[in-house]
Amino acid sequence: MTSNETRETSAPADSAPAAPRWAAALSGLEYKQLVGADGMATLEVAREQLHALLAALKRAGFAQCTLVSAVDHYPKAPRFALTHQLLSLEHNERIRVRCWLREGDEHAPSCADLWPGANWSERECFDMFGIRFDAHPDLRRLLLPQGYDHHPLRKEFPHAGIEPDRLYRQWDKQRRAGWNAEEGATR
Amino acid sequence: MSGAQGGPTLTRQVFEYTPGTRPELDHDDPLHGELLKLNMGPQHPATHGVLRLAVTLDGEQIVDVDPDVGFLHRGKEKSCESLGWHKFFPHTDRLDYVQPLMNNIGYALALEKLGGIEVPPRAKVVRVLLMELSRIMAHLIYIGTLGIDLGAVTIFFYSFRQREELYRIVDAYTGHRMNNTYVRIGGVYADVDDKVAAMIEKFLADFPAALDEIDAMLTRNRIWYDRNRGIGIISKEDAVAMSLTGPTLRGSGVNWDLRRAQPYSGYEEYDFDVPVGSVGDCYDRYLVRMTEMREAAKIAKQALDKLKSVKGDVLIEDRRYVLPPKDLVHSSMEELIFQFKVVTDMRLPRGEAYHGIESSKGELGFFVASDGTSKPLRCHIRAPGLMNIQALPMLAKGRLFSDMVSLIGSMDFVMGEVDR
Repeated sequence: MTSNETRETSAPADSAPAAPRWAAALSGLEYKQLVGADGMATLEVAREQLHALLAALKRAGFAQCTLVSAVDHYPKAPRFALTHQLLSLEHNERIRVRCWLREGDEHAPSCADLWPGANWSERECFDMFGIRFDAHPDLRRLLLPQGYDHHPLRKEFPHAGIEPDRLYRQWDKQRRAGWNAEEGATR
Repeated sequence: MSGAQGGPTLTRQVFEYTPGTRPELDHDDPLHGELLKLNMGPQHPATHGVLRLAVTLDGEQIVDVDPDVGFLHRGKEKSCESLGWHKFFPHTDRLDYVQPLMNNIGYALALEKLGGIEVPPRAKVVRVLLMELSRIMAHLIYIGTLGIDLGAVTIFFYSFRQREELYRIVDAYTGHRMNNTYVRIGGVYADVDDKVAAMIEKFLADFPAALDEIDAMLTRNRIWYDRNRGIGIISKEDAVAMSLTGPTLRGSGVNWDLRRAQPYSGYEEYDFDVPVGSVGDCYDRYLVRMTEMREAAKIAKQALDKLKSVKGDVLIEDRRYVLPPKDLVHSSMEELIFQFKVVTDMRLPRGEAYHGIESSKGELGFFVASDGTSKPLRCHIRAPGLMNIQALPMLAKGRLFSDMVSLIGSMDFVMGEVDR
């Protein structure tokens, strides 16, 4: 039990009423099964097994990837909790998969090959947290400009922004330079 | 000229041409010329906001589309982290700004799930009423703007006349036409009074006939049919894999509605049908949304009837989460302290929670994480519109450029929610 999630309880193996439907599909994989504060089954898995676990869950009927996002637990370590949330329409079931990533080593396998819909979710996660997704088909920033240097949903990024209006000031400078040149010409 | 007399004969060379096989001829071919890169937007009336589409065209045919989103990015998720749980409510209005009350409710439901807060029965009924009216509001925007984009400007006035009625109702109820912020953790700010109930009753009585008018103008209209039928077909499997939800998913024939599958706010007590398409084209999505409006009116009527029998408060009395009444704040020191604490220092238990609601665009989900302090750890907004735009390239490839407008309209997104 990590200190990050005290409200989550490990599902005890002996008192569990029945093994979850998808448990058989995950045999051979190492994961820790928890229950979230909202009652959703949450699997914690190491990065090396993340893709295999997601692929197994897809085979177990989780046909839709609802979201890929992260939670920044700064200043705790490991820092980033990469979260995938999957939905099975057939069985009306949701599941959350969490993978802890250390600072300075923020990369994880992409699951865009399993669910094409996860493509933009991963792009957004990269945009906001700087988590790189290996083997992603098109890992560009999604919401922020391509030349932006920061990842704003990291906790150290201030709400007011780091470089206020850098692009605006650059543009304004050029514009004023143009005015001055025009004024000089008319005089 | 005179071939029969032994003079020169005219020969005509016929080009059997496959694009790309003889690059030196590409310039001469009238049908397959140079690829044209065209920027559609960000200031284009048909993109419904600020969406830029970098379209690669081969003549009239779309070769590739690269949607560029983020022009309306205001850092809503970051704002939640710095403002706190309570003060983020007004920001949820600005997500999908054609249905602010629906966003309020989605956010409140996620926080209530995390805090384990039970909402009074009457508040649930009021919420269902507000959600269904919001759904009608949002779908009327869809019909009106799609009509304008496809050249049927009349529809815009018919749908906005009905929307104006809804604005009046919401104005009478909340005091604002837009950006209402009327939902709170643990209920709604104030009860629906008799005057508002009478207004809603009158609207619901007139609405089916008004919808019939729009229906008569569009559904069997030849031009409307041709501009929508067979365009942007999404198969069942693709729709699920592309994370599509809501009317876009149901238009493809997947019977999935969160109000049915994972009921919230007491939706299991209402009697309504879930329309499902068969082909998955723009026309099916149109039909699904038209039927959904009728069903929404049906649910709203039931909720209105329920309000007569379900009595009680519409807001819990838990001072940890709910602001005290304003008159008490002005007269009692304790209540003033509670007011101050809720605004600046409201805490939710440690943990993570997700709640998705069936918004008019699809599954609007709020993924909230708290570390037990007054600063939210994370609030992720799962926007259905983002997934709808993501599917655009898949649908547009190989189609004519004029179909792009139908596609954008039928995917029905609002950039405030997409860019957050």
